[in-house]
Parts: sequence; structure tokens; C-alpha cells
Amino acid sequence: MTLYLPWVGAAALLALPFVYHQPYPLHILIIILIWSFAYTSWSLMGRFGLVSLGHGGFMGVGAYVTALAWNYGHVSPWIGVPFAVVAAAALAAVVAYPCFRFRITGHYFALVTLALSGIVLQVITATRDYTGGSLGYTPERYRGGGSSLWALQFSDKTTWYLIALAVWAGGLYVWSRVDRSMLRYALEAISEDEDAAAATGVHVTAEKLKITVLSATMTALAGALYCQYQMFISPDTVSGISVSLQMVFAVVVGGIYVSLGPTIGAVITILLAEVLRIGFGTRAVGWDNIVYGVLLVLFIIFLPKGIVGSLTDLRRRAGWTSS
Amino acid sequence: MGIFDIYLLEAVINGFLLGGVLALLSLGLNLIFGVIDVVWICYAELIMLGMYGMYFLYTVYRVPIGLAAALCIVLVGVLGLVLHVLVIAPLLGAAPINQLLATGGVLFFLQSAATVLFGIEFKNLGLRLPVLKVAGMFVSYSRLLAFGAALIAMVLVYLLLTRTYTGTAIRAIAQDRQIMPLMGVDSRRIYLITSGLGGALAGLAACLLVLQYDVHPFVGLTFGPITFLICVLGSLGNFAGGFVAAFVFAEIISVGGLYLDLEWGYVFAFAFFIVMMFIRPEGLMARRS
Repeated sequence: MTLYLPWVGAAALLALPFVYHQPYPLHILIIILIWSFAYTSWSLMGRFGLVSLGHGGFMGVGAYVTALAWNYGHVSPWIGVPFAVVAAAALAAVVAYPCFRFRITGHYFALVTLALSGIVLQVITATRDYTGGSLGYTPERYRGGGSSLWALQFSDKTTWYLIALAVWAGGLYVWSRVDRSMLRYALEAISEDEDAAAATGVHVTAEKLKITVLSATMTALAGALYCQYQMFISPDTVSGISVSLQMVFAVVVGGIYVSLGPTIGAVITILLAEVLRIGFGTRAVGWDNIVYGVLLVLFIIFLPKGIVGSLTDLRRRAGWTSS
Repeated sequence: MGIFDIYLLEAVINGFLLGGVLALLSLGLNLIFGVIDVVWICYAELIMLGMYGMYFLYTVYRVPIGLAAALCIVLVGVLGLVLHVLVIAPLLGAAPINQLLATGGVLFFLQSAATVLFGIEFKNLGLRLPVLKVAGMFVSYSRLLAFGAALIAMVLVYLLLTRTYTGTAIRAIAQDRQIMPLMGVDSRRIYLITSGLGGALAGLAACLLVLQYDVHPFVGLTFGPITFLICVLGSLGNFAGGFVAAFVFAEIISVGGLYLDLEWGYVFAFAFFIVMMFIRPEGLMARRS
């Protein structure tokens, strides 16, 4: 029975927009899927103790490069998105390689990557003549709106839902591939003890670099997707330190060591924000982050494995005692 | 050419003064990291609260500015204590990265609590300090004041650490966390004192910054990152290193900002940081081990 469960779930998710197309709930679902994908990308490396606060930067590169290429070069997102993703991957490699080569780990690594997202944010703000600075930026509509496969702009939410669903499922697939690969064992060994791992023949720098570039690539794709869907990006929503922290928060709440953890984290955080926004209107500004902040602290103190992780543990423990 | 040089000199001097403020910012963080081995990601948010404290005490409740500053320092010091007791103490045995993330949660909390309580408007003291004109150059008086106060605070902290019993205990704990409790030092008490002291330094920084900058809930993001980078560049926990790094950073920002926008000054500073991490990953002034 449990074997069929993922397939039933997948079928239900696929069929959903055809039987139910209220625009607002669909919009929320799309947003949740896109962010779930971004959070999953972060957790790819986060679960091995590689806590990056630079993912806001990768997301910003993904979003802004795509939009700038479209507006200034009239380059289709079909070329712009791969280009943006490669740019983010290159950025990740350039920053991460020396970090790993020179054994910058733990909170030093977190702070170096923090500098990275700081740089991306400041560059976006400083080049305000091109990027609109902190006021945000809008990719031009293709011939005055409407849908276009060439411009990757769709006016109906169903298409976007399916795209976001496919990308999200792809993210989960990558996650499970990594979970079953040798890379995972190598990285787990590295996160326990780098010297011991190196002594047993693990190429520490190369393995860490692989996962970092993979994670950055996916995060940039999430940024590009977000940009194409929302048609509006600003440094606050796709870049900078707060976005990086938001990723960390959602993943920690959902569960960092399980595949669906980041998704659950995204569901919880986005629904919480929406419920507060609808329930309290403008009076709720800031309240969602108050709740996030308190929850983040409480989770790290009491439930460091997150909701899904702790539930899985509970079930496993119950299973052992009954058998 | 002459005019050009005087602008450059002005930028260098202002950078130097900014360096004093940045050095003060990094001092508190370095102290906490050096002793408790925890990075307070929310350090700049404590400063933000201190700035609000100054704003309310001085502008709204009309407390004399000296008293307001003293109250503000005590207030943020107490906040540092509370932060330690509520968030850091339960996590002392946890992975360092969890401690960092938990204070990230506090950052979220403080930022949005300030948004809810105080609104997102920019507020300032409504106090205009004169700009000094020295030999054709403009030097901000408030920066000069901040620089002086920062220097005095640093000397005081230095004296406290080297000349008193408590200070010796703090330095000893920083060197060896395991042995000192066996030598009869109450590490919990030392941690509390350090947290309070770190908070008080944040409060002092707040008093000085509020003279130059408007306060709003996200002001912490303006100097938070730069403070961490300074501490890392100077080797976390190394006071002298943080001091040197603060001046290097301030000069880059100030001189870089002279030729291009201020943001580019920050971009250069961040880029310089990343390059330095490659050249000297252990920080500018790391002790060789």
C-alpha cells in the first residue's frame, strides 16, 4: 500500500489543476512548489553540514541574469535560463573552491557565503540604472502580454502549475539520486571528520565542490523560474541575506535530512504568511516573521531534525517496539 | 590635481573615522565569539534596538542625551544577557552551526518585532551635529565623536581584560573551555558577564550610530554583514585582528565610494574579503598553531 502512495499522490497533484482552477489557491500552490524546489536545493548541501548563507545570491543571479538577458539582449529564457544557471554555478565554483581547498568550514563557511549574498545584493542595488535597484525589476511582456513559449510567459496558471510541479519533482529526484549515491557517503564522512575522510581516500574538495555547484545550479533555476512566473523581482524577494536565512529556516522547520522536509517547510512558512496576511491584512505586516523567528529558535533547541524528521523517527521507534 | 588629492585625503580621513566605529562593532562580536564560541548573527539587530532605545528616550521622552546613552547601554547589555540565557545557553552543547542559525531566528524575530512595534518609517534623533571644516576638508563631527568613543571603549575593554580578575578569567576561558571550570572558574558566570558586556558594547555602538544614521527595523542589515566579515577577516575572536580589519574595510568602503557609488565601496569590500579568504583563510592576524 505504501508503495503506491507516492504514485497516487503524484497523480492527484497532476490532475489537480484540471478539476480545480481557482486562481488564488493555484497561485499559492505554484509559489509553494517553486520555493520548495529552492529549499530542496539548499538542503542538498545543508544536510551535510555545509550551511550556506549565499543561496540568496545564487537565486538572485538566476533571476536577474534571465530578466536582464531578456530585456536588453532579447534573448529567450530558453537560452537565458541556462546561461543564468551556468553563471550561478560558476560563481559558486569560484567562491566555494578556495573555501574547500583551504578548509574553511563551519561558521567560517557560513560567513564567507554570507559575504557572497551581500555582494550580489549590493551589485544589484549599485547597478540600479540597469536593474532598477531596490525598487525591483520587471521582465518585459512579450508583445503586450499573452502566452508565449518562446518568451516563457504564460497567462494561465495551469501551465505554470505543471511547470513548477515538474521542476519540483525533478528536485526531489535529484535529492533521492544524491541520497543513494556514493557522493552521499563521502559527504557524510566529510561532515563527520574531514581528515579521516581524506585518509580513507575521499577527495574532500572535489566532493564538496560537486554538491555545492549542483545546489547552486538548482537554486539559480528556482530564481529564474520565480522571475518568469512572478514577472517581478526585487533584491529583497530573490536575493540577499534574508532570503538565505528564509531558506535555512524553512528547511530546518520541515526537516533537513528527509526528502520532503524542505517541501513541508515551504508549505508551513508560505501558508502561515498567507493566513496571517488574509486574517489580519496590513496589521499583520511583520507578524509572520515574528512567528518564524520564534519557531526557528524553538525548533533548533527542541526539534533539530524538523517536523518530518521527528515524525519519521517517532514512527520508526513505534515500529521497533511493536515488532 | 590638487583638488583631487584633497578629496582623496578627505575620503581617507573619513574612512579612518568609520574604521573606529566598525572596530567598535566588531569588538563586541569578537568578545562573544572568543569567549563563548558563538556567532551572534543577530548582533546588528541588538544595535538596531539600541538605536530605537536612544530615539525613544531622547526624542520622545526627552531624557538628557548623556543619561539616555547610559540607559541605552545598560538596556542592550541586559538584552545580551537575556539572549544568552534564553537561546545560547540551551544550545551550548549543540553543533556550532545550530547556534548560528538559532541567532538567525532571533534576527528574524527582532527585525519583525521592531516592524510591528515601531513601524517601518525612518526615524532620527533630530539632532544635527556640525560638520568640521579642516583645511578645506569636511569631517563629520559625529564620526569624530564615534571614533573617540570607540577608542575609549576599546581601551577600557582592554584594561578590563588584562587588569582585573574577571578579565583574566574571561581570557582564560577563551583559551581553554574545559580546563578553567576545573580551576574553579564558574564558566556560566563568565559567559553571562561576557554576554552582558558584548550587549553593552552593542548598546554603545547604537548610541554612536544613531547620531549619523536614521533608524529603521532593517538598519541591522546595513552593518550586520560587514561586522561579521571584519571579525572573520581579523580571525574570529582576535581583537587586534578585528581592529586592523575594521580600518582596512572602512578605507576600502570610503575610498571606493569616492570613485563610484557607496554600494560599490561595499562591493569592493566584500570582494576584498573573499579574495583575502583565499590568500589567508585563517584571517589577517591569525596566530600560527
